[in-house]
Amino acid sequence: MKTMRLEADILIIGGGTAGCFAAITAAEKDPQAKIIVCEKAHISRSGCLAAGVNALNAYITEGKTPRFYADYAKNDAEEIVRDDLLITMSERLNSVTERLEKMGLVILKDENGKYVSRGSRNIKINGENIKPLLAEAVCSLKNVTVLNRVNITDYSVDGNKIRGAYGIGIEDDTFYAISAKAVIIATGGAAGIYKPNNPGFSRHKMWYSPFNTGAGYAMGIRHGAEMTTFEMRFIALRCKDTIAPTGTLAQGAGAKQVNSLGEIYEDKYGLTTSQRVYGTVMENIEGRGPCYLKTEGISSEQNNSLLKAYLNMAPSQTIKWLESGKMPSEQNVEIEGTEPYIVGGHTASGYWVDTKRETTINGLFAAGDAAGGSPQKYVTGALAEGEIAAESAIGYVQNESPKDIPDEEIDAHIAEAEKFLFGNKGKSNFTCEQIEEAMQTVMDSYAGGIKTNYRFNSKQLKLAEEKIGQIEKLSDSLYAEDFHELMLIYELRERLTVAKTLIAHLEARHETRWRSFAENLDYPQRDDVNFKKYVNSKLENGKIKIIFRELVEEGQTYEHSN
Amino acid sequence: MSIAIDREKCVGCGKCSMVCPGSLIKMDGQNDDRKAYIKYPKDCWGCTSCIKECPVNAVEFFLGADIGGMGSKVHTENHGDILKWVIISSDGNRNEIDVNRRESNKY
Repeated sequence: MKTMRLEADILIIGGGTAGCFAAITAAEKDPQAKIIVCEKAHISRSGCLAAGVNALNAYITEGKTPRFYADYAKNDAEEIVRDDLLITMSERLNSVTERLEKMGLVILKDENGKYVSRGSRNIKINGENIKPLLAEAVCSLKNVTVLNRVNITDYSVDGNKIRGAYGIGIEDDTFYAISAKAVIIATGGAAGIYKPNNPGFSRHKMWYSPFNTGAGYAMGIRHGAEMTTFEMRFIALRCKDTIAPTGTLAQGAGAKQVNSLGEIYEDKYGLTTSQRVYGTVMENIEGRGPCYLKTEGISSEQNNSLLKAYLNMAPSQTIKWLESGKMPSEQNVEIEGTEPYIVGGHTASGYWVDTKRETTINGLFAAGDAAGGSPQKYVTGALAEGEIAAESAIGYVQNESPKDIPDEEIDAHIAEAEKFLFGNKGKSNFTCEQIEEAMQTVMDSYAGGIKTNYRFNSKQLKLAEEKIGQIEKLSDSLYAEDFHELMLIYELRERLTVAKTLIAHLEARHETRWRSFAENLDYPQRDDVNFKKYVNSKLENGKIKIIFRELVEEGQTYEHSN
Repeated sequence: MSIAIDREKCVGCGKCSMVCPGSLIKMDGQNDDRKAYIKYPKDCWGCTSCIKECPVNAVEFFLGADIGGMGSKVHTENHGDILKWVIISSDGNRNEIDVNRRESNKY
């Protein structure tokens, strides 16, 4: 196998929102530092922002404070957040927005040149090209090398200290071993663990990027990094079929959630993110579905604006309106919950980090959806964390000498890739696609998927654990025709690793704090006495060890100590 | 959710293949016969990055029938600051929507 060995001061894994901003920040802070960004696709459109976005949903609007934003996120997550992480993120939301505007992002302003807010936390933009703008800024930096279509599959860790990572080049059919003094993990969250809304031809018409397969989480889990709050799954309330975002309708056009009788039901269940999903589930269960966002009666000017707004973010919805022959003013928009995702940008799942965004592996920093404890990041929060992680990594590498990855470890990783590429030929009748479907079916049935209205009990979780273990063994024998298929096998195995940790977390929280997100039928009530704490986990000797930690409250700062 | 690539129109520039966030569009053939094709149609996210890149409108986007798609074909054209979306329905009805890149979303 062709092998490429490279060396960097800082290796950034994932060239999406957080990764690009980390690269820009690190390169500016230290123009001498050698920075490599590995991206499994191409940074021009990769990650969550491929289609665009039409609002910055995390912004400190006039008269508001970072404390206001942190409190909003804390309330939405029913208190299971890291206050120190939320505050350090919130303090930077506006400065990163200014940096984005300097890169060319169009932001709506009033006659006085002030940003026009949407609600109390958001501003409006033309973000169709937000990702190309970030990518251009990265590519203009002399000390940053971007390796497109290099998919990182594992870290190299010495003791508890990072020293690099391994990957596969899916276009150059090359194995990569990259040594680095520090690594920033910015691979996003995990989609594709549960059966999606439309599992047939449009299986990837999901809300979260289907190409975010939990690589960062899985690599950390395998190396014993501490993870937090995986049980706070994210289920998005979306436009039916197109799975397009609803914020533009709900917050932008003021559309309320109504049932098929025309009754506004959102007030009945509460307005947190999970309650909005739960209310929709319940209205359907009780026979008052389908549910809608009430857009009937909006103006024709609003119609036209919405058609354009969705083209800049989720074009399928605009096509849906045109194909139906009815504009949003003439028909309410049907809504449904998506399958659950693990995504640290919206809930608190991810790496357990300190305020520098360093994980429990020395020299490994996490940003964006990969980092836990700090929900409601959206785009600007991911940028803020990319900035913090980059500043921390630059500080860290000043005292580090170049790392050397031992040949034996490289050989073992090459041998694993060769097993899938050559050794497994003819071994199994199963394809990667079949095993993926098996995983999604198990999670859907036994770990609170769409099929069970997101609910589960401990007996079901036990079955899920057992079956996912069996499926993982089956994945050992998969065969890859080429490097793209090899990537698909690695992605599947990442999701299986994430699924196992997720099941353990769901099982550990013996309460129901968030309906739909983590609704355990054995423990249907919230239990503040025993569970107003974090559920963390760590892989030790092949077993997932659950660690309960006390909340980091306002004014406190968490530091890694053990 | 997916795209279709017209091999007759395709000039083999490879831009759609480059930008696809799932690396789903591959190239085949050599020189003048070099063409793009969608190798994994079911893995398409529907981000439309590819149709925005295509210089000859060879890439068309459509909604899958399983999510209620009615057969419209969608491409875009770049006219300076204007990104023109062209949506042609199955009975030939043409809709054009101009989005100005300099103008923000109002909602």
